[in-house]
Amino acid sequence: MTWGVNAVSVRFGKRVALEDVTLGLKPGHIAVVVGGDGSGKTTLCRTIVGLEQVVTGEVARPSRTCFQPESSGVWSDLTTLENLEFVARGYNLEPTHARSRIEELLAVTDLTEARDRLGRQLSGGMRQKLGVAMAVLSEPELLVLDEPTTGLDPVSRLELWSFINRSAREGRAVLVSSTYVDEATRGDTVLALEEGRVLASGQVNEVVAAMPGRLFACGHKRGALSWRRGEHWRVWSADGVPPVGGREVEPDLSDVMTVAALSSEQLS
Amino acid sequence: MLAMILKEFRQVRRDRRTLAMLIVMPVVLLLVFGYAARFDVDDIPTVVVGPQSQVVAERLPDIFTVDSVARDGDRDDAEHELITGRAHVAIVVDGQEVTALIDGSELFMAQAAVRVFTAATDQVPGLSYEVLFNPDLDTSTVLIPGLAGLIIVFVGTLVTSMSVVREQEAGTLEQLAVMPFKPKDVFIGKISPYFLIASIDIVLVLLIGTLLFDVPFNGSALPLVLGAVMFLFVALGAGVLISSVSENQAQAIQLALMTALPQIMLSGIIFPLSSMAPGVRWIGYLLPLTYFNQVAKGVMVRGAGLGDLLIPLGLLTLLGLVIFGLAVIRFARQLRPARARVAA
Repeated sequence: MTWGVNAVSVRFGKRVALEDVTLGLKPGHIAVVVGGDGSGKTTLCRTIVGLEQVVTGEVARPSRTCFQPESSGVWSDLTTLENLEFVARGYNLEPTHARSRIEELLAVTDLTEARDRLGRQLSGGMRQKLGVAMAVLSEPELLVLDEPTTGLDPVSRLELWSFINRSAREGRAVLVSSTYVDEATRGDTVLALEEGRVLASGQVNEVVAAMPGRLFACGHKRGALSWRRGEHWRVWSADGVPPVGGREVEPDLSDVMTVAALSSEQLS
Repeated sequence: MLAMILKEFRQVRRDRRTLAMLIVMPVVLLLVFGYAARFDVDDIPTVVVGPQSQVVAERLPDIFTVDSVARDGDRDDAEHELITGRAHVAIVVDGQEVTALIDGSELFMAQAAVRVFTAATDQVPGLSYEVLFNPDLDTSTVLIPGLAGLIIVFVGTLVTSMSVVREQEAGTLEQLAVMPFKPKDVFIGKISPYFLIASIDIVLVLLIGTLLFDVPFNGSALPLVLGAVMFLFVALGAGVLISSVSENQAQAIQLALMTALPQIMLSGIIFPLSSMAPGVRWIGYLLPLTYFNQVAKGVMVRGAGLGDLLIPLGLLTLLGLVIFGLAVIRFARQLRPARARVAA
């Protein structure tokens, strides 16, 4: 069973927010949408959960779809427990089941101690964990999380990803959007967006393997298709001809996305 | 410092809505309120009853606009005309005796009528006058029923609009949109606390008005409750409508105040509607507070019953249906903008 979007385009007035985007979502799999600010990640998440109107294309989602918006979706004037209880009531969960599920999620997210703290009194990481807990509480088939790790410290990001992995292992289809390219490797599939258009998509290793041309490491900048990476410069050669003094390196997803962005920029 | 000044000018220039409100609104408000802000009374709706009423009606000064003359009418008929609010002066002709009944719930009209009749009683034998409902022409008696409505405007419209916009800003409205709530569930849930708070406010204001300021409560509670409920729907609906066109809480506050101001000035609470220039008077007749004020004052001060207030109650219901209906539609659109295929 597959959900997701097929050849979807979304426009806000004359501005193209998404152009011909296709993304499949499968139970037990995590799809990560990566891209910079304004790349269309949030629009894609909102489109999948039904908050945006598509101009063309198709959207398919299960009836049990839950969404965590970019802002965490936590009600700041309710306590941690009240937030979870409200969501449980909203999804008509049986009270006894809801209580045990809430206790389980509080324990898993390490929020038991903060159960009586108001949403606005939680740290950024705690708020995001609560947001994801609220989204998974009703055991949805599809979980859409819009930038859940943005602004979090590395430890909180790790904790959140472990929680997201657990949700996928429980059989849920999960879509996570992120501005961090390294997070794409945590998913089964990746979709890279730029200005609403797909730069690359597929399994991470496939996307990396499909990079055209060859990649070299140099001590100096070599033309427009080069960028700094650590102490060296990466140089992409479309025809595979090595630059002077260049040493061929294995690209990773970050390189592939940079290549895709630079080459599409050059083409336009 | 120059950099700071330039930055502020740039920001103000880009906030078009605020800029428009800062420049256009004062001009509009001055024009509208300038024509509305008149305490002078030159038109008092009047009825004359009893034998020879036609002769008396013809001799009345121009300030009294005689709307009906009933030769077979008596004092009860005259008082009923005042209770319903159709007339504010009723003249009862009974043989050689002519009694002018003045509606004390319309303060400025009553004061003007008293001035005319005080001067005339010395010259016209048999002429006397009585001020009904508010014999001392007490200001708080006239103002407090309308103030209850004004408080509903502030609590209902302002607080509701801010609450919905806060939910939009926090992103939790999206959360609600995705949850299996029907738009009406979210809508009713959202406004319920404010409905209750505003209801408590009305009761408190009216209680304080009657206990502390000696405002009478001469009528039955039913028409006032009906009017208050209808008016609450209008105020809360207006709050939701404002939230649907506001990007942030500051804009919601600005817009809510912009809807409250004309209601203060043009609803007849302060300035008599009949004293306003016809060019702005029609605005008053479009405002829900105008009709709530008529109902509240009618019930509390004049002792009007349900049957006497059918017109303002009907118009309030109509406004309630239109504004609340529009708010429900806008809110539902906000919550359900897209209809994606739902796979089984």
